[in-house]
Amino acid sequence: MKKPDALQGSLDLLVLKILERRPRTHGYGIMTAVKDASDDLLRIEEGSLYPALYRMEEAGWIRAEWIKNDTGRRARVYELTAAGRKQLGLEESRWHAATAAINQVLRTV
Amino acid sequence: MSWWSRVANVFRGDRLNREIAEEFELHVEEAIATGRDESEARRALGTHVRHREEGHQTRVIGWLDSLRADVIFGWRQLKRNRVTSAAAILSLALAIGACTSAFRLMDALLWRPLPVAHADRLYDIWRETAINGAPYRYDSWAYPSYQLMRDAVKDHAQLLAVSPAERTDLTYGSDDDMEKAHVQYVSGSMFGAFGLRPALGRLLDENDDRVPKASPYAVLSYDYWQRRFGRDPKVIGRSLRIGSDLYQIVGVVDLPFTGTDPGTLTDVFLPIMMNPLVTRKDAAWMRTLAIVHPGVALGPLTAKMSAISLAFETERAKSFKDLPNSIMTAILSEKLTMIPAGAGVSELQDQYRRALGVIGVLVALVLLIACANVANLMTAQAATRAQEMALRVSIGAGRLRLVRMVLTESVMMAVLASLLAAAFAWWSAPLVVSMINPPDDPARLMLPGDWRVLGFGLLLVVVVVLLFGLAPALRASAVKPVNALKGGEDPHGRRRGMYVMIGAQVAFCFVVVFIAGLFVTTFQRLAHKPLGFEPENLLLLDTVAQREQPASVWDQAVEGLRGVSGVEDAALCAAPLLGGNSWNNFISINGAPPGPIVSHFLEVSPDWIRTMRMPLIDGRDFRNGDTTPGAAIVNETFAKTFFHGENPVGKTFARESRTVHYQIVGMVRDAPYRSLREPTLPVAFIPRHEIDASGVVQGSTEGTFVVRTEGAAPTALASLLRQRIHQEHPELRVSNIRTQMELVRDQTIRERLLAMLAVFFAGVALLLAGIGLYGVLHYSVLQRQREFGIRIALGARIANIARLVTSEVFAMVIAGGAVGLVLGLLAAKYIQSLLYGVKGNDPATLIMPVLVLLAAAAFSALPAVLRAARVDPAKMLRAE
Repeated sequence: MKKPDALQGSLDLLVLKILERRPRTHGYGIMTAVKDASDDLLRIEEGSLYPALYRMEEAGWIRAEWIKNDTGRRARVYELTAAGRKQLGLEESRWHAATAAINQVLRTV
Repeated sequence: MSWWSRVANVFRGDRLNREIAEEFELHVEEAIATGRDESEARRALGTHVRHREEGHQTRVIGWLDSLRADVIFGWRQLKRNRVTSAAAILSLALAIGACTSAFRLMDALLWRPLPVAHADRLYDIWRETAINGAPYRYDSWAYPSYQLMRDAVKDHAQLLAVSPAERTDLTYGSDDDMEKAHVQYVSGSMFGAFGLRPALGRLLDENDDRVPKASPYAVLSYDYWQRRFGRDPKVIGRSLRIGSDLYQIVGVVDLPFTGTDPGTLTDVFLPIMMNPLVTRKDAAWMRTLAIVHPGVALGPLTAKMSAISLAFETERAKSFKDLPNSIMTAILSEKLTMIPAGAGVSELQDQYRRALGVIGVLVALVLLIACANVANLMTAQAATRAQEMALRVSIGAGRLRLVRMVLTESVMMAVLASLLAAAFAWWSAPLVVSMINPPDDPARLMLPGDWRVLGFGLLLVVVVVLLFGLAPALRASAVKPVNALKGGEDPHGRRRGMYVMIGAQVAFCFVVVFIAGLFVTTFQRLAHKPLGFEPENLLLLDTVAQREQPASVWDQAVEGLRGVSGVEDAALCAAPLLGGNSWNNFISINGAPPGPIVSHFLEVSPDWIRTMRMPLIDGRDFRNGDTTPGAAIVNETFAKTFFHGENPVGKTFARESRTVHYQIVGMVRDAPYRSLREPTLPVAFIPRHEIDASGVVQGSTEGTFVVRTEGAAPTALASLLRQRIHQEHPELRVSNIRTQMELVRDQTIRERLLAMLAVFFAGVALLLAGIGLYGVLHYSVLQRQREFGIRIALGARIANIARLVTSEVFAMVIAGGAVGLVLGLLAAKYIQSLLYGVKGNDPATLIMPVLVLLAAAAFSALPAVLRAARVDPAKMLRAE
């Protein structure tokens, strides 16, 4: 198993956070949600979104389901599992710790 | 995603791919709907394929997916080399099946714990002593001695008395409905101690161990209840009769208990108290088993029992008269030992322990030969696939991945072979069991196919795969692309590995052929041993009477038989020769105290010597009026042993502490008495008419009529004679009919079985080794075609080519043969006790396997040599 680097870590964090707020969202929805919530500042690489989703599904953090959307098309939506919720908490605190550390460095220099 | 759904994903890859594609299409559609350019959206998403790969990779277990690919690929490989694959699988199947079969037999007879509670704490109590320095041990006991030991150690161990299971005449109705069943006398407390439950009715208990003759109850085994009564519950309360004793059936003991004698399934359990011998101090006839309480040390326990046994024997010895000193010393210096008996105890175990061990080793060697063959086959195939492997390595396949790919193929072969092997073992193990013991009373063993057998089979498959698959797999995966693509790596390295395998094969093959030769010689020596009488056309009618019949009735019956047409001669004896009975006694010559050598005895009627066609060397046959004590006819060994080879006719001897006297009236040629294998025993034939002190001739309850028939098949007269005896003398009943030939043949059952199995496996070993040699030579000729072509073009002759092709391999054959010779000589020492009339280090016995192997090697090498010699240089060089 590969070690998640910083970038991947933040991608996971974003996806998990979105899914916590808006369960049962499909891939495109997750992408636009990140874009909207960050006022267009953050953008998820479309090319890395789906591998990340499959990886997290394999890790058991999220589960997927096929549903019929409003237009009658089949869509694959994702939601958090209990393990995913735990992971989200972990990632969030790690993020806060990291940013706090960086801020501290910025202040003291 | 659960582990299982990932496993399941392996087998629905297509659907998974479709789902991923569908998800991406939706993504692109939504992008377009928000006004993005389609091609830009697709580019941003990355190539479809990459996602599919990554998606698929994470959603299935990677190795399982590649395993599936390997299995499919392996199957294609196997199918491509159909004939060689089939040959490899069949030879492996035969070898694995034979090994499993041998294991089943050994496990069932020797190792499998009895299905009873505390089998791990069950012991058989033996006595060990030495007679004139020769170690002697036995495990039979007199009941009174057992009783003393049982009561003395009851706080440390529970002692149980069990008799061997014996085939006995019994009836559920009249005498005319007599049948045979295996009867075992046991302590009533055995059932409780073993934690056995009744399937019906009740079992025996401690109350049945108190008073002799007070518990006329019988418990049936489940197997017998099913076979004989079709599981009829009304069997409870029925009575059965053995001789004149009536027993009431009180219960059926539940499966899977079938007695304590592996090799015999007990049908009827009777209380040991019902055996007339329980009160006898001088009859050692039953075993003493002990269930030792947890935590009890065996040493003090054995010492305690030894002391009691010694006191018992010392007391008993006071009444001995004329017992030779060496025997007295032996009895009084007996030491007890406790041998673990969790797997039961039977004579069959002692008879077949070593024999089955040897067969096990032979089949293991055959398996090794088969493995070497397949390994060579795989190596040769790997050579033809070197380019493919090189290609795989150059496009990035890891070494482990390649090893796995090649190993998968081996595993598939092994699995296919093991399926066939299971079928073979299923069929062959019971077949071999049925050939142990005489055909009318074959050995019976429980042969369940449980986890023990399954575990052994699996282990065997793993070992086999490692043996034949690992080296070729490692070699194949170590391919250097540069070399392979250049047109071949060092071909000699590969061949050298194959030659080593050939050497090993030859060594093993030699051992198998050598041992088979020893067994065949043993069987032939025994089967053609001079008998000292003519066993052909002799019918034996074991006859019993419920009450003692006067001698005149028996004599008239003999006369009656003589009158039947087709009967040439008839006589009566106490028991047939080689029938398993034996009776011996110390004898005294000229009033001197008896020596340590016993004489054996047999009671026979007048004309028995003539009927048996036993050559009379001197003196006369018995006549009417000869009685015991009185006249005796002895054999040559008797004369040699007791009269220093002088003519014994006219001399006298006595038995039973010099109270029963005989005058020798004749001497006959030596004949085997109870066994073909042992040196001839001193035997005295004495008249069947026994007189008591007042000179009155005694009656008898049993005897064996010996009838010499005129026709070729004595059994044709069997039923006629049986009826005739019963019609003329309703009180006599023929309980068993055999021919003397059968008894002679029964003497060599184990030898015949060993010879047959050994020859079969020697044939298989030779065939496999021959095929192996052929294959390797064939391969090396193919590989060196270019070289041979050039040599032939330069004028090499066929002899040169033949030498080139075979010299290296034949050096290995010779080396392997030498190693095999050493192994064979070592093995021969171990199996000496199974041999008769042949020595392992006899040059004559060594020549045969050497010749056979050389012939097989030459025969296998011939096609390759011819092929090499026929290489056409012009054609071959043009093809390059």
